[in-house]
Amino acid sequence: MTSFAETGPRTAVTEGIRVDKVNPRARLLKNIRAVVVIILALVGLIPVFAMGITAFKSRADVVAVPPKLLFEPTLEGFVFLLTDRSQLRGTTLAEAQENAEGGEPIGIFDRIALQNGQRINGPSDFILRLRNSLIIAGGSTLLSVTLGLFAAYAFSRFEIPGKDDLLFFILSTRMLPAVVVAVPLFLMYRQLGLHDTHFGMILLYTVFNLSLTVWLLKGFIDEIPREYEEAALVDGYTRLQAFFKIVLPQAATGVAATTVFSFIFAWNEYAFALMLTSNNARTAPPAIATMLGRGGIEWSAIAAGTLAFLIPVIFITFALRKHLLRGVTFGAVRQ
Amino acid sequence: MATIQLRQVEKLFGEFQAVKPMDLTIQSGEFVVLLGPSGCGKTTTLRMISGLETVTHGDIYLDDRLVTWLHPSERDIAFVFQFFALYPHMSVRQNIVFPLQAVGASRETIERRLSEVVDLLRIAHLLPLKPGKLSGGDKQRVALARALVRRPAAFLMDEPLGALDAEFRESMRAEIKQLHIEQEATTVYVTHDQVEAMAMGDRIVVMSDAEIQQVGTPAEVYYDPANLFVAQFIGSPGMNLAPGTVAGDLLSLPGGNNYRIAPEWQETLSNTQNGAADVLLGFRPEAAEIHVAGELSGEVYATELHGAYKMLHVSLQEEHDVVHIRSDRQADYPIGAGVRFDLKPDMVRFFNPHTEAALLAKRPPPVSRREVVFT
Ligand SMILES: Nc1ncnc2c1ncn2[C@@H]1O[C@H](COP(=O)(O)OP(=O)(O)OP(=O)(O)O)[C@@H](O)[C@H]1O
Ligand SMILES: [Mg+2]
Repeated sequence: MTSFAETGPRTAVTEGIRVDKVNPRARLLKNIRAVVVIILALVGLIPVFAMGITAFKSRADVVAVPPKLLFEPTLEGFVFLLTDRSQLRGTTLAEAQENAEGGEPIGIFDRIALQNGQRINGPSDFILRLRNSLIIAGGSTLLSVTLGLFAAYAFSRFEIPGKDDLLFFILSTRMLPAVVVAVPLFLMYRQLGLHDTHFGMILLYTVFNLSLTVWLLKGFIDEIPREYEEAALVDGYTRLQAFFKIVLPQAATGVAATTVFSFIFAWNEYAFALMLTSNNARTAPPAIATMLGRGGIEWSAIAAGTLAFLIPVIFITFALRKHLLRGVTFGAVRQ
Repeated sequence: MATIQLRQVEKLFGEFQAVKPMDLTIQSGEFVVLLGPSGCGKTTTLRMISGLETVTHGDIYLDDRLVTWLHPSERDIAFVFQFFALYPHMSVRQNIVFPLQAVGASRETIERRLSEVVDLLRIAHLLPLKPGKLSGGDKQRVALARALVRRPAAFLMDEPLGALDAEFRESMRAEIKQLHIEQEATTVYVTHDQVEAMAMGDRIVVMSDAEIQQVGTPAEVYYDPANLFVAQFIGSPGMNLAPGTVAGDLLSLPGGNNYRIAPEWQETLSNTQNGAADVLLGFRPEAAEIHVAGELSGEVYATELHGAYKMLHVSLQEEHDVVHIRSDRQADYPIGAGVRFDLKPDMVRFFNPHTEAALLAKRPPPVSRREVVFT
């Protein structure tokens, strides 16, 4: 057995750490673990990385074997993704190329299209799909978090007859695979005229998310001592004012976490979007998937689409990251 | 400042009776302490006065205003919580002016009142901070400031010093009392610490088992407890109690002791007990005077030095019927030694062991007006 005096750290310990963790062997193990975790994280990021570079590859580079890591980046994928083009032939093509060389001012997208012998007719409907996704995911997130917040507050604070049963009932909507109800929903939406409408999709995602938001937010609100609201009540405020001025600011963390979860669900949802929308309210996920079907497979366009699709999620998560980190560990330590 | 009146106020939680029907009047400007062991219904009573809890039966009046069914915000009462309940997301300043904003006070009023309470409590330097950064005592001051700033009709405080460390409690105790005197604010103060109750209360309401046991000044509840519960709950240790049997003008106590009953008690004792039944003799530790020719005798069972004095545990008989006697700090009493003592006649009380109520002398004994001696 070696004593701690022999194995102990060479330098003074100036951080808050448990004694068995400053032992050099423990330190070494910790570093090894850190390296392993970093490697795993890198492995996990390979698909994202591949997607990221594919989005900027030309048609030829995309299918090159072995895959090229060094290539000349091009916006071809984005042009294919975001524009509607027509193939130019014979004289029209020659004319267009001549004009371009003759110094006629054209945008970078037009130039790239022209290199492929195409002309841009207008924006593609992928932009519409992204817009639909934003409207539907944003709308349903707003609704489900707002409704969930009020419901969670009521469940947390008031005596409600059959409270436990109600909570269980709300959760039970999650107990079967959602796809099971796809056909009935499809028929119902047809009947009600909700098929392929933004409202229908917002309603659907709101309902799906409500069970999550009610339960999550109830957990957060339960953690806020009632005394704060009671103090506000005797200080001269109504229950509703106390809710907005006292409870809500303290539940911000929970609201942020719940918002991100709701948004990601609605944003990523594929099966129902495929089935219940066709054109007007079609969201990005089924649209990206159907790109596979049209003509040749435009890998770079698909990668560009997926990249564009990731951005809002990354943006929201990043914007709320401070609250999120506290939200995830909330309840573990009393503040 | 207002008078608070409870008339037959009762609270049931389902079947459970948290407060039994209670009558209580708190005068304008009075400092009343609700004192009692844990779970006796003190907080529930306070919450009913504030409107945070609904009464089951009975009525509550503020002055002549019936407030039983008014929302807490309409009662004009300030509540100071045990854990302060300072809004964590607001600065100290925002916390203090929050009640003023509720009534839509003008900016000048807010500034003026704010600077008044801030000066009063000396917390100007804390204004920009968040409550999380404050020490317990400072939190307490801010909570008091938030209560004072509104100039409410009454203050309700639920163990406001409970969360502070012992050293600090004492100075805050004085501070709160001082504030009360300056503001002449009707205050209902809940505590389970009898030292606090004695030190602060104009009157003490002793509660137990969801009921009021006695209402009186600190001296009254200390020297003239209404029943056995109050006798034992107040004081540390509580009142000494020794079972006795009345025989003529003598009370025979355990260990062959005989206590000569003072004339003013004789009629009471012979009447109520039919001359031959049991009574409990009660006296405070400082009512006993050790004396070589004392009337009563016992054996030293244990001694404790309490700094200024020594507390003797004296058993009247074998190892039973231990009473506490306060003695000189320097006197030395070996364990097992015999001691003799007298009881100061004006500090002796009697209780009916069956009803647990205090017996009253025919001619009430002069209530001692000396300071309450306390640990
Ligand atoms: N909302 C409630 N529902 C059910 N029972 C309650 C409720 N509030 C209090 N009680 C019960 O009523 C009794 C009195 O409670 P209360 O809080 O008034 O006691 P207390 O004298 O303030 O005690 P403590 O010194 O521990 O604060 C307790 O037995 C408690 O369990
Ligand atoms: Mg209490």
